[in-house]
Amino acid sequence: MIAEIGHYALILALALAIVQGIVPLIGAQRNDAAWMALARPAVAAQFFFISTAFACLMYAFVVSDFSVSNVANNSHSTKPLLYKFAGVWGNHEGSLVLWVWILAFYGGLVALFGGNLPPALRARVLSIQGLIGVGFLAFILMTSNPFLRLDPAPFDGNDLNPLLQDPGLAFHPPLLYFGYVGFSMAFAFAVAGLIEGRIDATWARWVRPWTLLAWSSLTLGVALGSWWAYYELGWGGFWFWDPVENASFMPWLAGTALLHSAIVCEKRGALKSWTVLLAIIAFSLSLLGTFLVRSGVLTSVHAFATDPARGVFILGFLVLVVGGSLTLYGVRAPNLRSGGLFAPISREGGLLLNNLLLSTACVTVLLGTLYPVFLDVLGGSKVSVGPPYFEMTFIPLALPLLIVTGIGPLLAWKRADLAGALYRLKFAALGALAVIIVVVAVHSFADVMAALGLGAAAWLFLGVVTEIAERLKLFRLSLRDSLARAIGLPRQAWGMSLAHAGVAVLVTGIVATSTWRTEGIQNMRPGDTVALAGYEFTLNEVNFVEGPNYVAQRAEFAVTTDGRAVTLLYPERRRYQVTGQDTTEAGIHTTLLADLYTVIGEPDGSGGYATRIYHNPLVPWIWLGILIMVTGGAVSLTDRRHRVGAPRRARKPAPGARPQEG
Amino acid sequence: MKRKHRRMVIVAGGMAALGIVTAFLAVGLEDNLVFFYSPSEIAEKVKGPDQRVRLGGLVEMDSMAKSADGLTVTFRITDMAETVPVTFTGLLPDLFREGQGVVCEGSLRADGVFEAATVLAKHDENYMPKEVADALKEAGNWQGANGAGAAP
Repeated sequence: MIAEIGHYALILALALAIVQGIVPLIGAQRNDAAWMALARPAVAAQFFFISTAFACLMYAFVVSDFSVSNVANNSHSTKPLLYKFAGVWGNHEGSLVLWVWILAFYGGLVALFGGNLPPALRARVLSIQGLIGVGFLAFILMTSNPFLRLDPAPFDGNDLNPLLQDPGLAFHPPLLYFGYVGFSMAFAFAVAGLIEGRIDATWARWVRPWTLLAWSSLTLGVALGSWWAYYELGWGGFWFWDPVENASFMPWLAGTALLHSAIVCEKRGALKSWTVLLAIIAFSLSLLGTFLVRSGVLTSVHAFATDPARGVFILGFLVLVVGGSLTLYGVRAPNLRSGGLFAPISREGGLLLNNLLLSTACVTVLLGTLYPVFLDVLGGSKVSVGPPYFEMTFIPLALPLLIVTGIGPLLAWKRADLAGALYRLKFAALGALAVIIVVVAVHSFADVMAALGLGAAAWLFLGVVTEIAERLKLFRLSLRDSLARAIGLPRQAWGMSLAHAGVAVLVTGIVATSTWRTEGIQNMRPGDTVALAGYEFTLNEVNFVEGPNYVAQRAEFAVTTDGRAVTLLYPERRRYQVTGQDTTEAGIHTTLLADLYTVIGEPDGSGGYATRIYHNPLVPWIWLGILIMVTGGAVSLTDRRHRVGAPRRARKPAPGARPQEG
Repeated sequence: MKRKHRRMVIVAGGMAALGIVTAFLAVGLEDNLVFFYSPSEIAEKVKGPDQRVRLGGLVEMDSMAKSADGLTVTFRITDMAETVPVTFTGLLPDLFREGQGVVCEGSLRADGVFEAATVLAKHDENYMPKEVADALKEAGNWQGANGAGAAP
């Protein structure tokens, strides 16, 4: 009964989405207020019905209703409660319901807070959202119904893939989807703006907070996936340039570019058509991400649900969305009047360079990810493109990007003095140089790339500090006055500084761990000791332990350094009884400077065990850097000028008052 | 600077960036393509022991053996037509089983033994790598969903 209610609710939501996608759009063309006004109640009702369907599916999972095929395939009565919830989106059908639910949620936010939007723009935005909803709801109902029944119902379920039974991956899909779907807002605004033929500062002001929200979630989502891969796959790495990872990385790159170009669009009225194009691209890549992961065209270590028939539908949808919006763009974009001229050396110029580098990086990742698919489709050889390609193309783009990011915030709008900005960055330059020299001196010239990477990170970090210090007039005013200035500084400015500082920390972590990771693979018997990176790892014992739905072979490693005990590590090798699948749980000890990472392998039959031990320097900085970046995004979102629905200006500025710069 | 000049600078900068990137891409892709071969193809297609390739197929039943150090593993990969011996040092992935699909990346030594640097097995227990499934079909040994490995 509950499942049928959910199914019915989805059908009603589709009907409402069709109405929402058509009526307000026509109303806006005809300037018919009643037709336009239909958008908001339609959105509210659609949100209600999709929420109902989502709740029904969740209920079926929590009570383990195995007469529902989706539950039987992806759940089991012994599964811990958290994973019964997470199991809802741990499979193809459920994750799509989550997708449309988030879409409806975003639509609801526009309807709720969009009171000060021009009615025609609001109607069009909500219509575009409705049309995207139609596509996805039809996809669910036609190819991926989560409420299909099984008769007879099995006694118990097949369980969720054990690798997904992990807290990191329980929250990874919702965050990722909040990011993906968030770009649908920028997309809907872009298409609505193109239809109206008007893209202005107000438009950009509306797009920015949505993009920021989407970007923050996506950043967190990608990071969570990477973190999971790091501790769960037992390979000691955090990024493998795997197609599915790239699928989430491409929208991130495009979204980051969009975030920056929208600033130029809002503050200076320039780069309008470019911003619109980026909004279309960011969302298209989000759809592509869904397509790549769900269709089975890619061989990947992460693709969990694959079905070529579904791929055809998504591909068709993708062609329609991308083709349609790009055609509209082609027709309308030339008519967009771009204002705000600027010299190449200016804040705008810096942001433009940032955009060029980010979008080029995005293209290289796209090429590397799709090239094997194209070659395969064209009947050529079967190939794969490995990490060396991505590293070779990505690093030369990332280095200049870091350097520009350090300078950009110090440049004035319109026309800037590069020499002056560089002079102000003298301490940053000295710091970066010192880092490079120290790294080369301590290690060798062989690590010169790592030295450059760390130097660039130091440059960026010190650049951020310099910029903040200048704004606060640190050491030139009393500490008290500086503090007052710090409080008065717009949150957007703090947000930017935090995000950029986070990038510097992140890059430091990535460079250090990729260059100086040490690894030992050996066969150990209980009592054996292995020395690695100044630590001694002793395998004390290996036991069998029982978990709620698995049995595990658990090792105890005692870690010492200079005879001093550091920690005990308990890596496990779990066997999930329902699926008979093995998983690895690494035993990790984290300090701020490094991770000690241990993995226990299979017994060799004569009392020994294959073990893998890593010393991963500065890995925690990767996660820390990302957290700082996301905090920056969140701080910036709380800026009054970003607040959804806040009027553009509460009162007229006093005569002669200078507009605030951000 | 006049408006025209400004535009010229931006356009020239963009073109230069584009040129550099294209060069990088061309070189990068050229050098880093890893070709996939089935056991039937690998002997004739591989150019030498320096070429990094992928080899995929089924792990032959009862072919797996561990060396005395407990770390080096040898097994054979088959597409039911040809068989290639493989040697690998390290921890095999959790899903590695005899009779299941697997993809190895490494190089073919002059003595005909494939030296694997990495062994890939997917998370999904029903995993049959797409390339492996295609290769088996080509060799005429595809048994469908009930075969050695279920189709996705």
